[in-house]
Amino acid sequence: MKADLNVNGRAVSVELEPRTTLLDCLRDHLGLTGTHAGCEHGICGACTVLLDGEPVRSCLMFAVQADGYAITTIEAVAPAPGELSIVQDAFCETHGLQCGYCTPGMILTAEALLRRIPDPTRADIVNAISANICRCTGYGQIVEAVALAAKRLAGSNMPRALPPGEGA
Amino acid sequence: MKPVPFDYVRPQSIAEACAALAREDSVIIAGGQTLIPMLAMRLARPACLVDIARIAGLAGIREEDRAVVIGATTRQTEAEYSDIVARRVPLLAKALPFVGHAPIRNRGTVGGSVANADPAAEIPLVLVTLAGTILLRDAAGTRAIAAHDFFLGPMMTAIPTGAILTALRFPVWVGERIGVAFHEISTRQSDFALAAAAAQVSLDADGRCLACAVGIGGATPVPTRLDAAVEDLIGSTLTDDDIRAALAAAIDTVEIMVDTHASPDYRRRAANALALRAIAQARDAAGQVRQGRA
Repeated sequence: MKADLNVNGRAVSVELEPRTTLLDCLRDHLGLTGTHAGCEHGICGACTVLLDGEPVRSCLMFAVQADGYAITTIEAVAPAPGELSIVQDAFCETHGLQCGYCTPGMILTAEALLRRIPDPTRADIVNAISANICRCTGYGQIVEAVALAAKRLAGSNMPRALPPGEGA
Repeated sequence: MKPVPFDYVRPQSIAEACAALAREDSVIIAGGQTLIPMLAMRLARPACLVDIARIAGLAGIREEDRAVVIGATTRQTEAEYSDIVARRVPLLAKALPFVGHAPIRNRGTVGGSVANADPAAEIPLVLVTLAGTILLRDAAGTRAIAAHDFFLGPMMTAIPTGAILTALRFPVWVGERIGVAFHEISTRQSDFALAAAAAQVSLDADGRCLACAVGIGGATPVPTRLDAAVEDLIGSTLTDDDIRAALAAAIDTVEIMVDTHASPDYRRRAANALALRAIAQARDAAGQVRQGRA
């Protein structure tokens, strides 16, 4: 079965079985292995991608359901090859990751949160990342990272980037 | 994890969907947030998925004179942030943040939660508490089922084979002093509720209870209204002692679920405590409404 998808602003057409999750499609058919396969039944959040700018579990969606949405993966977050986004940089600076397995999901969750709420409270941050499991950090540094990213984005004096497919 | 192979169809109308459902072993998918884990673990092995998520007219929130009608495929997030829901069905607005996590609510549908009938689900609890209605469509036509007749047991509903849940109707109360509250307890944030309670209260100018709706879920096999307690509370000023006494009489007769997550005794006590808290908070909120308008 054919799925016509918009991934990171690029139109792709994939031939796959209907039972192929969006997660497996991204990793195995499109080579976008930054989206991590964790529990594969909707609990852990490692496979988080953005659908029209909002976080969803890519393991809880079949690729054939995903046409018509702007899909954003971790590969589209950095402004240029070899660079980091403000959110990614904040995660490095505060040691918001150790093994890195949950990190793509955490970053995308944070990107979506900060687009919706530019100056989140600690409760906003905790509530947003409560959908994502991290087994290393104890979450403290991740909360710090998101707060630091919010501060830097507020002071960056740059127009906030829209996810691919939105806006112009 | 990989589900068994299946066919995938996306009908353009409800009539087409009904026709597709006539095929043996076909199931409806809308948000898929419960179905897909079941498929991944191969607890469900359907031959065909009928995707109703993009059928025109099945999504959306509509105001009626004394009700709000929410289309089955309306995403839970959309209802959570809806002005109409916040203004006219505030009890549902209070309950929605407890439904899974935000990424689940971004895909999960309001109708799917009701059709799935998980005992811990919040939307069914609100629907039963407010005495709402479930609207169905099948090849023969449309029909409506009252919420208290709809939930038959854990994951069991009165939806006939081949029918599609099309919308939910939430009654809207009319009054100057209406308050709501929703409470639940679970082992982790947004995990399945071990017990939950919903309350909506309407007070007169003197603070006497004109109307009250109380329901508990999570602890019970299906969402359950505590109508016996409500009868005792109408006309009272809803003091904490009034509420405690009314609940004590009602809670003992409720059938409590037995499973490995919590003892029945704990669930009964938790449901009682949460119901007490919900009614008292709804009473206080109703009081604040009048102060706000005075």
